[in-house]
Amino acid sequence: MHELAISPAIAALRVRIAQLEGDGARAREVLPFGVPSLDRKLPGGGLALGCLHEVAGGGNGAVDGAAAACFVAGIAARTQGKVLWCVAQQDLFAPGLEQAGLPPDRVIHVEAGDDKSVLACMEEGLRHGGLGAVVADIARLPMTASRRLHLAAKESGTIGLALRRWRRQAEASDFGQPTAAMTRWRISVLPSRPLPVPGVGRARWLIELIRARAGESLDIELEACDGSGHLGLPANMADRPAAAEGRRHSAAS
Amino acid sequence: MTAVDATAQALGLRVGMPVTKAQALVPGLVIEPADPKADAESLERLALWVLQRIAPIVAVDPPDGIVIDSTGADHLHGGDAAMLDALIGRLTLSGVSARAAIADTWGAAHALARYGSNPVLIAMPGASIDMLAPLPLEALRLSPAIPAGLRDLGFSRIGDLIGQPRAPLTLRFGPELSRRLDQALGNSAEPIEPLRPEDMIEARRSFAEPIAAAETIARYIGKLVATLCEALETRGLGVRRLDLLCHRIDSRVETVRIGLARPVRDPQRLTRLLCDKIETIDPGLGIEIMTLTATLAEPMTERQAVSHLIEAPEPDLSGLIDTLANRVGARAIYRFAPVASDVPERSVCRIPALAEETGAGWPDHWPRPSRLLPRPEPIETMALLPDHPPNWISWRGVRRRVRRADGPERVFGEWWKRDAELVAVRDYFRIEDDAGERFWIFRAGDGEDVATGSHRWFLHGVFG
Repeated sequence: MHELAISPAIAALRVRIAQLEGDGARAREVLPFGVPSLDRKLPGGGLALGCLHEVAGGGNGAVDGAAAACFVAGIAARTQGKVLWCVAQQDLFAPGLEQAGLPPDRVIHVEAGDDKSVLACMEEGLRHGGLGAVVADIARLPMTASRRLHLAAKESGTIGLALRRWRRQAEASDFGQPTAAMTRWRISVLPSRPLPVPGVGRARWLIELIRARAGESLDIELEACDGSGHLGLPANMADRPAAAEGRRHSAAS
Repeated sequence: MTAVDATAQALGLRVGMPVTKAQALVPGLVIEPADPKADAESLERLALWVLQRIAPIVAVDPPDGIVIDSTGADHLHGGDAAMLDALIGRLTLSGVSARAAIADTWGAAHALARYGSNPVLIAMPGASIDMLAPLPLEALRLSPAIPAGLRDLGFSRIGDLIGQPRAPLTLRFGPELSRRLDQALGNSAEPIEPLRPEDMIEARRSFAEPIAAAETIARYIGKLVATLCEALETRGLGVRRLDLLCHRIDSRVETVRIGLARPVRDPQRLTRLLCDKIETIDPGLGIEIMTLTATLAEPMTERQAVSHLIEAPEPDLSGLIDTLANRVGARAIYRFAPVASDVPERSVCRIPALAEETGAGWPDHWPRPSRLLPRPEPIETMALLPDHPPNWISWRGVRRRVRRADGPERVFGEWWKRDAELVAVRDYFRIEDDAGERFWIFRAGDGEDVATGSHRWFLHGVFG
């Protein structure tokens, strides 16, 4: 599909659509992942700054939110400036975040107590404009709230990352509800890279881009964030990217 | 004798005993002459400290108490209980042993703090009557003759008085008894005259017509803040605690307190912080006086902004931190910092969000989970002892086969902290199940010697 994206007719149409949507006044800055097969599919060649993005875990990750937290930490690590991380109840382990690229000096944690305060704190952080990224662990994200967050992010140019996380597996169906977020991701854990010796290798994720405004969805298997917040391309896949890109995975795998 | 300390009480000395008798009981007794004036002064100093740190309305309750109106300030401390904990903790650290109670009325709190069974006590709203009932009559702040007289009539506790007809009691003991009883039960108002030191910077506005609308309150907050900031500027001060007191026409006082991480004199920022709290002000029938007080002011150092041609200046986050702190409490905003400890839950501490950057991190020889359970959860396993990872684990009712594992990573107990940890050991493993989910589990004990731990397995964290 990326051949179409560079065709002038399509590009002109996209510019017109962007103008109609009211976002066309200024070109959005993007934050590339540094993985060509992922960046190519995203509008603008990366994750748009000044927007709201949603990330959830797949399977049990919807409840523990561990892989999603690493994925989000990796994105936040690659922005400039401090990061505000709002949660209702704190269970993040800072050494783990540091290993995903986010050192403790860069993260200001807010333990807001309930979902409503989390949303309010996130909006406050997005409006401020001096932060690199604002992350919030939220269970329910109604349309109105997400639109407020998105507008706040757009005004200041700060990237907003809503880490969707539910108390019970059954509540995760809430992820199907529409929100104003620019992209929606689902991160599921996969068995780690096999090692020639017994032991656990570098973690692997199935990264699904479920929804992207003005873009198309994809799923891709990647290696988890390294110490600088960058995702890795699995070795066996780097050799045959074309075959890997077209593969479909069932969500449970 | 007017006061005795804990050691003296243990020796059998009591308040009210003649000094000569005490000296006869305990030879070599140290006796200090009572100095009520110095006591009152130090109580006032303590009240001032409480005013600056805890709540906007504070008054001394002689001879030995301080009364605090906690409404409007508990949000800064994260709730009533946390506020009381912080207050008692800091008093204890500075060598003051105190008893405290939170209740609906001054009278009830006074009684519960002095005669309640717990040294720290919080009465739920509306539950004061039940908690007051078993207390002795002295708890009602009566002049000494009245409880004695009541006891002659067969009343021994406050509960005995509550249902009694008031007229005969008033006829016999005067109006004081009924008044104190009503004040304790909340049937009659008892305003607290707040302590106001002389040099406090204050802006005040009285209204000819009482105001009640949120917009009007916001407008006058703006005017008060402007006046206050001018006064602060002439003295070169910035404000750390700001109190807004709204005197209602029914003589109640609504309060709003704002805490700031650094001294601030910016009218816009202060106005915004105060206006965020307007919804917590209940104007009732109208507000007739509004007072804005800089309760805690600190010198403000003006700095020249360094201009860099290349680097963008570091954005100032103190405004954001203040806004959030006034919403969720200052304790709920923090950064993590490393502590030199191998025990995972002790390896992390919380520091203020605006503290200096430490630049330190954790050693990264071993992967660490991104989510740590609040406390390790017991799991069922089957494992070869002493140093193999389990074959399977069962956590929260789900059985998982362990496909791959790393470990053990041995963590020794910190014997310098607790004697019980002298030989304690934890062996951590990182395991991966069939589906690829990765967990951090540990076995209490080294798998050989029972003294090192129970050999039970726990799940402690989830990897991404």
